[in-house]
Amino acid sequence: MNVMAFTNQSVFPPGEVVLQNKVEMKSAVKENPIIKIRDLNVETREGKILKNINLEIPKNQIVVLLGPSGCGKTTLLKSLNRLTDLHKELKVSGQILIDGQDIMKANNNLAAMRQKMGLLSQRPFPLPVSIYKNVAYGLKLKGIRSKKLISYNVETNLKRVGLWDEVKGRLKNPATSLSIGQQQRLCLARGLAVKPTIILADEPTSALDPISTKIIENLFKELKQHYTIILVTHVLRQALRLADHVVFMYYGEIIEQGHPEKILKNPKTNVLKKYLVDGN
Amino acid sequence: MNRWKKIEEWIFRGISFAAAFSVVLILLYLLVVIFKKGIGSLSWEIVFSLPEGGYYFGGGGGILNAVVGSFYLSVGATILAVIIGLPAALFINVQLIRLKHTQNIIRYLLDALWGIPSIVYGAFGFAVMLFLGLNASLLAGIITVALLITPILVRAFDEVLKTIPVELQEASYSLGSTKTETALKVLFKQGFAGFITALLLAFGRGIGDAASVLFTAGYTDNIPVTLDEPVATLPLSIFFQLSSPIEEVRQRAYAAAVILTFIILIISVSARFLSKRYSKNIIK
Repeated sequence: MNVMAFTNQSVFPPGEVVLQNKVEMKSAVKENPIIKIRDLNVETREGKILKNINLEIPKNQIVVLLGPSGCGKTTLLKSLNRLTDLHKELKVSGQILIDGQDIMKANNNLAAMRQKMGLLSQRPFPLPVSIYKNVAYGLKLKGIRSKKLISYNVETNLKRVGLWDEVKGRLKNPATSLSIGQQQRLCLARGLAVKPTIILADEPTSALDPISTKIIENLFKELKQHYTIILVTHVLRQALRLADHVVFMYYGEIIEQGHPEKILKNPKTNVLKKYLVDGN
Repeated sequence: MNRWKKIEEWIFRGISFAAAFSVVLILLYLLVVIFKKGIGSLSWEIVFSLPEGGYYFGGGGGILNAVVGSFYLSVGATILAVIIGLPAALFINVQLIRLKHTQNIIRYLLDALWGIPSIVYGAFGFAVMLFLGLNASLLAGIITVALLITPILVRAFDEVLKTIPVELQEASYSLGSTKTETALKVLFKQGFAGFITALLLAFGRGIGDAASVLFTAGYTDNIPVTLDEPVATLPLSIFFQLSSPIEEVRQRAYAAAVILTFIILIISVSARFLSKRYSKNIIK
């Protein structure tokens, strides 16, 4: 991970003027937050990537993290399942409660905690095995040994992402034989197979064509009935199409958050206003 | 494109072509010389029979002892090097992923070890052999060649692992894998084609090295049956035959060189074939 990518790139010049307009938001979530983030800070030697993030994420909703490149969206997403652990240069402090459990203290059951959160990255990264084994991988990690049960789960989850009919005759083929759009759906099926409660999606449609993008977006709309989806995107229209709740970030801080219609159509801060003008 | 740019293109293309052509030419010249000198003495007898009495003075027989000995030694050394090298490379790339500075120090040291001449490994292997109370033997040779090829293997494995995208590791962790599971079930499979190539290239280096086994493997006209017996190798066989004052024996040295070249060629082609075959699952 290029840390500088998180800190130095932005469509805006750094400056305090715009930040003075930051609206201190009280939590927009009234009930049932599945994720509570308190005073989360992520920093490197070069500076802070996330600054005092306080956020509550409601259950069974699509929460969109929006903001210019380098504002800390991906870092925030990766902090949620502690993939930030892979990068020594990142110093993480604060509290992240998932279903009331502080994941910062979940060292003994980190693997189980991560299984609660499916991850979709910008580009699909299927495992270097067959289509079948990709979906079966997480199930085997969970200790499921019954071939019948694994096959049932593979089929069910491939059906959920609308991939079963396309691959049922070639399950033993390498996952790399699929198109990029199919690979992304395979990665989603693989994540769903381990029965997560949260899906973390980091610009999952950025490498996809419009048709595959639409398929993924429609899947998210269906899946939110059972899962909480946290989606990082740059695409304002995608945020409007999908989001139940939008969190706008700028230079490691949450500037505004709320219902998409409210904050994207009636922004309160100059930063967001400018972002929306440039974005449109 | 203006005239100067065209001239610039022609000059650059000419230099590139000349450089590439000269490399191929040198290689071809080397092969032609070896084949020309060795082909006359090459026979089934030389490949499949042991040297008879007075072989190095023009007697009958062949160099089966060196062919088999080289295989024994290289296979043993490669197995030993993989046993040490693969976990070491995985450790550098998985367990030390957060410690970039430590990773760099280890890589620097391995590169330094890679650059040490093989005769130094031979001398070190000789010291180890004396320390362990071993005679010049197959085992001592295996240990010495393993010492020589382990840094090569670790760095080759390491380079393969470095090319694996960190997102693949993240995907594995997010499914609930531990570091060990990620290393064995994801990274190993992703890097398998590269590992095969690295392994065969290290094997090729081991089978072709003479200096490292000069003091440690000994030499014999027989095929060793146990690890504590001396072993003949093709490079040493070539060396001893070339040192002979008899023309016929010197020609046999070239025949042995042809055999060694052929083995290296097979290894190289196998590396390409296997690499291609096992790369179908690789995420690029």
